[in-house]
Amino acid sequence: MSSSTPFQTNSKVVKWIESRLPIISTIDGALVSYPAPRNLNYWWNFGSLAGFMLVAQIVTGIILVMHYTPHVTLAFASVEHIMRDVNYGWLIRYAHANGASMFFIVVYIHIIRGLYYGSYKAPRELLWWLGIVIFLLMMATAFMGYVLPWGQMSFWGATVITNLFGAVPYVGGDIVTLLWGGFSVDNPTLNRFFSLHYLLPFLIVAVVFLHLWALHTSKSNNPLGIDIKGDQDTVPFHPYYTAKDAFGLCVFLMFFAYWVFFNPNYLGHPDNYIEANPLVTPAHIVPEWYFLPFYAILRAVPDKLGGVLAMGGAIVILFFLPYLDFSKVRSAKFRPVYKMAFWIFVVNGVILGYIGAMPAEGIYITVGRIASIYYFAHFFIIVPLIAWYEKPLPVPESIAKAVLGNDAKA
Amino acid sequence: MATSSSAGHEEHGSGQATRRDFLIVATCGLGAVAAGATVWPLIDQMNPAADVLALSSTEVDLSPIAEGQGITVMWRGKPVFIRHRTAKEIEEAEAVPLSELRDPQTDAQRVKEGKKQWLIMVGICTHLGCVPLGQQGDYDGWFCPCHGSHYDSSGRIRKGPAPLNLAIPEYQFLSDTKIKIG
Amino acid sequence: MRAMKIGAAALLALGLGAGAAAASEAVHIEKQDWSFNGAFGTFDRASLQRGYQVYKEVCASCHSMKFISFRNLRDIGFSEAEVKALAAQYEYPALDDTGEATTRKGTPADRFHAPFANELAARASNGGALPPDLSLIAKARVGGPDYIYALLTGYHEVPAGFTLNAGMNYNAAFPGHQIAMAKPLNDDQVTFADGTKATTAQMAHDVATFLMWTAEPKLEDRKRAGVKVMGFLAILTIFSFLTYRRVRKKVQGH
Repeated sequence: MSSSTPFQTNSKVVKWIESRLPIISTIDGALVSYPAPRNLNYWWNFGSLAGFMLVAQIVTGIILVMHYTPHVTLAFASVEHIMRDVNYGWLIRYAHANGASMFFIVVYIHIIRGLYYGSYKAPRELLWWLGIVIFLLMMATAFMGYVLPWGQMSFWGATVITNLFGAVPYVGGDIVTLLWGGFSVDNPTLNRFFSLHYLLPFLIVAVVFLHLWALHTSKSNNPLGIDIKGDQDTVPFHPYYTAKDAFGLCVFLMFFAYWVFFNPNYLGHPDNYIEANPLVTPAHIVPEWYFLPFYAILRAVPDKLGGVLAMGGAIVILFFLPYLDFSKVRSAKFRPVYKMAFWIFVVNGVILGYIGAMPAEGIYITVGRIASIYYFAHFFIIVPLIAWYEKPLPVPESIAKAVLGNDAKA
Repeated sequence: MATSSSAGHEEHGSGQATRRDFLIVATCGLGAVAAGATVWPLIDQMNPAADVLALSSTEVDLSPIAEGQGITVMWRGKPVFIRHRTAKEIEEAEAVPLSELRDPQTDAQRVKEGKKQWLIMVGICTHLGCVPLGQQGDYDGWFCPCHGSHYDSSGRIRKGPAPLNLAIPEYQFLSDTKIKIG
Repeated sequence: MRAMKIGAAALLALGLGAGAAAASEAVHIEKQDWSFNGAFGTFDRASLQRGYQVYKEVCASCHSMKFISFRNLRDIGFSEAEVKALAAQYEYPALDDTGEATTRKGTPADRFHAPFANELAARASNGGALPPDLSLIAKARVGGPDYIYALLTGYHEVPAGFTLNAGMNYNAAFPGHQIAMAKPLNDDQVTFADGTKATTAQMAHDVATFLMWTAEPKLEDRKRAGVKVMGFLAILTIFSFLTYRRVRKKVQGH
């Protein structure tokens, strides 16, 4: 197929290392000579941005742990100690808190890119599934991390979400007691969330490694959705996409810097600057914005167990997408009907997010139910129907023809 | 997009290469500056925080300490001996020839001018860190029970395994009866 | 075109989010002019010192401020000697040589003195209500300093048809409009050291500024750093784009 030039070196040192552990040729194959389609657009920058955010969160997180105390009487004060007394503590804390939001923004765009261009289709099903696993681990990590400052939202968010497990028939109550380590969210809960919040990111690193390995096996998708047919369809990753990723990183860093330096609390909730109080429930318990669509689906079902199953189902259904969407054409560029359904799905997702932030009253309940039903209808009904009936536009012969022949705006 | 002032296709003229090199060098250079500027806060955060620095100095009122008396105060987590020396102790300390000392220091070097009745030292044996006991030992000073170091009435090592005199912390007299250590 | 669509979706989401926050409270909070607003905002030191005076003379009798130490007051313009003197006005628990409880004078390293020993004592002295700690109040309420100003200047006559519960006071800004705290600020209640006339509005403005500082003492550092970072990143972005474009020329010829 497309062959990357086999790694060659004149350096004695490199040869010495290579014969014992071929790490340099591996990195070369992944980041230097890796054959990437020559027509990738900016929607392909978000994978590297996600990798950057994973590292950023780990680095800022490890530093925060040097100053944080995971005990109910001291946690809140230790975060204020970081904000006020630790050198640059305010910067590291705001970078970590806003970094979580950035990580989700980047990953959501990365996922939506996959939905549009059919990156979940054969031969990339495993790549897609590993991505969903990363997403689930991110959600667990973010949820537990938000509990650590021990503010009102930390405590009550933890209470609401852990109580969900009580919906499991028969053993639900015992599961919740096991999760809590007691009879309510309290110090044992905080301590174990702290431990797991530190652990899970390293599991994410491991799954990201598998995710990249799977990617490098099937090679990257591209905006036309057609296979790489030869060397003329690709360019070496370095310098073309290293330069492009560096540029994308700079733009992204400006976005990130805006939040950290000029609006660090907008994406959070003021109630989390109030110390946790088990006797006072906030007027509106709201999770962080990146959970809102799933929170809306949870609340849309009047039954507790039903809501939990719907929320879980909303993510599990993603695993089946490669089979629900069995169209042979990958990219929505050539699938006008699917393209429309895609945009409606995205807007529906935004609506779900908005509903998640609203109190569960009046018209919000109705809209939330419609939007939740639509979410599942998109996967179960709309997508398969489109795959069956849609007549896609003709797909170009090859990437090289499309790019080098005419104007290559993909 | 092709606003090229130069031709769109490759040219291997030296002018082209120089401009490209400058651009890449400049970009990488700026990137390195960015990386460095990012790394500094990540390291500086390990330096003492503001609340630790606030406790880095301690004021002590000397008026309750009578002549021939001493107290121990905590400073930066360590014991500090504050002794109001008698005239005899001062005389003894000043009379010792430097050649007899393992760590030669005159008594004057270890006290403040005009205030030599006040001996202020970090009470940690310079051998392996135990706290010496006051008014004991063969030299009218301190004795460390851990390994038998003897310090004189100026806190200087005279006998035993300790290599250095008891450390004198940074301090200043705010008034005749008040000092600030650190 | 697609980028515009996605951008529109993002803005929609953000706008809805902001709208959501305001809608749920349903009380309109007037925006004030704060010296610390904007990318280049800084704290007005004179206002901070007047605000501290208001806190000390009016609010501190009921409201603790446990995350501020006297040494922090150096940042709003007090000298080391002034800070020492302020701290020494308060007594803190200590042990004497026999282990008996006694008190010692405050030092700059001490936190602000709390008016009540514990929550129960605070509630007992305030008709069952707990005066919240004010260290973070400017970040812990929707509307921040605007809300604090609106609250302090929002004690109006009870409107017709409104039932006020016993022991409560009407306030236009407080959610539910019934607040346990009686009107804390009245004209000329405080004599400002710098001679500024102490109207209710002035005191409210100054104390709200002070409370923004107590909530976020590093605000100025943050914004100053932000300007530098953004400026540098803008230059780096331009350079990295030019580099990318030069590299791209080789691929696509443009």
